[in-house]
Amino acid sequence: MSIAQTFAKAKAENRSVLVGCMPAGFPTVEHSIEQMIAMHEAGCDVIEVELPYSDPVMDGPVIQRASDIALANGVRTRDTLKIIEAVASAGATVVLMTYWNPIEKYGVDAFARDLAAAGATGLITPDLIPDEAAEWIAASDAHRIDRTFLVAPSSTDERIAMTLENCRGFVYATALMGVTGARKAVSSQAPELVARIRSIDPEMPVGVGLGVGNGRQAAEVAAFADGVIVGSALIRCVLEAPDRAAGLRDLRALSAELADGVRDR
Amino acid sequence: MSAPSLPDLAGHFGRFGGRFVPEALIKALDELDAAYRSAKRDPEFQARFQDLLLNYAAVPSLLYRAPRLSEALGAEILLKREDLNHTGAHKVRNVLGQALLAKRMGKPRVIAETGAGQHGVASATAAALLDLECVVYMGETDTQRQALNVARMRMLGATVIPVTNGSRTLKDALNEALRDWVSTVETTHYLLGTAAGPHPFPELVRDFVGGIGVEARAQCLEQLGRLPDAVAACVGGGSNAIGIFHAFVPDESVRLYGFEAGGDGVETGRHAASITGGSVGVLHGNRTYLLQDDDGQTIESHSISAGLDYPGVGPEHAWLHDTGRAVYEPVTDAEAMSAFQLLCRTEGIIPAIESSHALAGAAKIAPRLREELGRTPTIVVNLSGRGDKDVHTAGAYFGLLDQVETVVPGENT
Repeated sequence: MSIAQTFAKAKAENRSVLVGCMPAGFPTVEHSIEQMIAMHEAGCDVIEVELPYSDPVMDGPVIQRASDIALANGVRTRDTLKIIEAVASAGATVVLMTYWNPIEKYGVDAFARDLAAAGATGLITPDLIPDEAAEWIAASDAHRIDRTFLVAPSSTDERIAMTLENCRGFVYATALMGVTGARKAVSSQAPELVARIRSIDPEMPVGVGLGVGNGRQAAEVAAFADGVIVGSALIRCVLEAPDRAAGLRDLRALSAELADGVRDR
Repeated sequence: MSAPSLPDLAGHFGRFGGRFVPEALIKALDELDAAYRSAKRDPEFQARFQDLLLNYAAVPSLLYRAPRLSEALGAEILLKREDLNHTGAHKVRNVLGQALLAKRMGKPRVIAETGAGQHGVASATAAALLDLECVVYMGETDTQRQALNVARMRMLGATVIPVTNGSRTLKDALNEALRDWVSTVETTHYLLGTAAGPHPFPELVRDFVGGIGVEARAQCLEQLGRLPDAVAACVGGGSNAIGIFHAFVPDESVRLYGFEAGGDGVETGRHAASITGGSVGVLHGNRTYLLQDDDGQTIESHSISAGLDYPGVGPEHAWLHDTGRAVYEPVTDAEAMSAFQLLCRTEGIIPAIESSHALAGAAKIAPRLREELGRTPTIVVNLSGRGDKDVHTAGAYFGLLDQVETVVPGENT
């Protein structure tokens, strides 16, 4: 299912889309595939695969640690593409989130081509703003990959409008001024930001990320956003589990809880 | 050729520079850009900056003709004595400029990243002087290697936060400072330590340290009645080099040489030579040359000099390299240490190991220039910092420390 279809379906069901994030190759390639499929089966509508990167400035300690583990275990960009292929083949809607340098190193057009061939529908770029994205915009158009750029509470209306013009699929609203990681309370800046986005473009689906960690918070965010993006809390299920079986069980349980949350808005 | 109009309004030096950062930081960068542009035109700001440089930092620094070093190298060597500045390096120029800018923007808190601790100490100094709260991020490995600088920063009232992510060195400290900034941007100025990072930092830092070259150029004209044949500087992130190069860029007869940290030798892979041993990519907010693997993951750099131990380089250097206006070459740890010793013994000046790379580079180009010019060449070397902080490293390198007892004169007292 494309991102647009996923958001349309959720809208018809009067709920939000649940986007679950997991670094590729964490802790190994095989395990990350298993985890992502478990998340998909337990109710994540979209699997956001994060390409592990050595210098993830937008991420908090949990995703950093998971990325470091994946890299230490030798994950390569081509492994990430294989993982996407496996998870998409299992029926999940897959988007990739990546810092920009690995794409530039791979070759921007070649990456868009291979990403599409692997079955991903979109790419989220946390450190690429549309101002610097001419090559990516051309490549993603050529290979029909949806583009998700970020907007933040600090973004001016002009920048939000410009960013929305360059997004396709959905826009990623960073709920607060900070890095990824579950928080005790949902940011009060998020509803205001979503309202500003809607006033500029009522059609573009808005996914809200940063800080959501449980079903109650998912419901809170689902009340005003089209999509709820959860990363660190899911990753922590694996990081903190005593063994693999427990990790997968916790991951399924939290995915299901979050899936209930996005339906309980 | 470098026109004064570079970078463009979006911070591009040709294909280099720009802004590769989360959207959350764009507003802060725009505000900084606007504040800097207005400060640049404000005579009061400029007067305050110049006053601090003159009466607090002991700038302009001397341009010293080094007779015994000149004789040893077969070239007329002029040392730009940035080591005599307050805090012992060129970096004081940048921190004073940026701290004044933070004041102007009404931001009560500054954060900084530091490797060896020099930029951290300089930032803590400026923060103390201008009554700003100061938080310094430093890789945990570096806080252990540079315990004295940690103590210095704390004496000056700064909070030092050891960074335990990734390789626990400068690049990770920079990541952590960026993460702090994303969360605190309303009240905090990020006092970036080199002419790299997202626009407007490369331009702003260059301008704050650009006095080095302006002074050196005028001092050459005054003392020699002509321009030098070459200017040499060490390049890590590249602030001291861009600081001395910039004023000379339009002078086509003046050759510009940047000497990168070659570590064990570029061919060994253990080095910090981003231009000579790296490739083009994006790191820490700008497109430049960097050390990366086939997947675009940053490779850890290696250098005996903590100040040059960084896997990227400022975008203007990348551009000067591509255009051919400046030449970048590696200098190994061994070559740098030999130049370190030479300056100690010929001139009674203990240089920073960073600056020793520039001295070693000057020694390499002297015979080439002599052949090319058919006369004794004149080379200005940016002596960007003093070596007090390196006494321990150099003492260990040369086997000058007594056995287990590692009391460093003047440092451990």
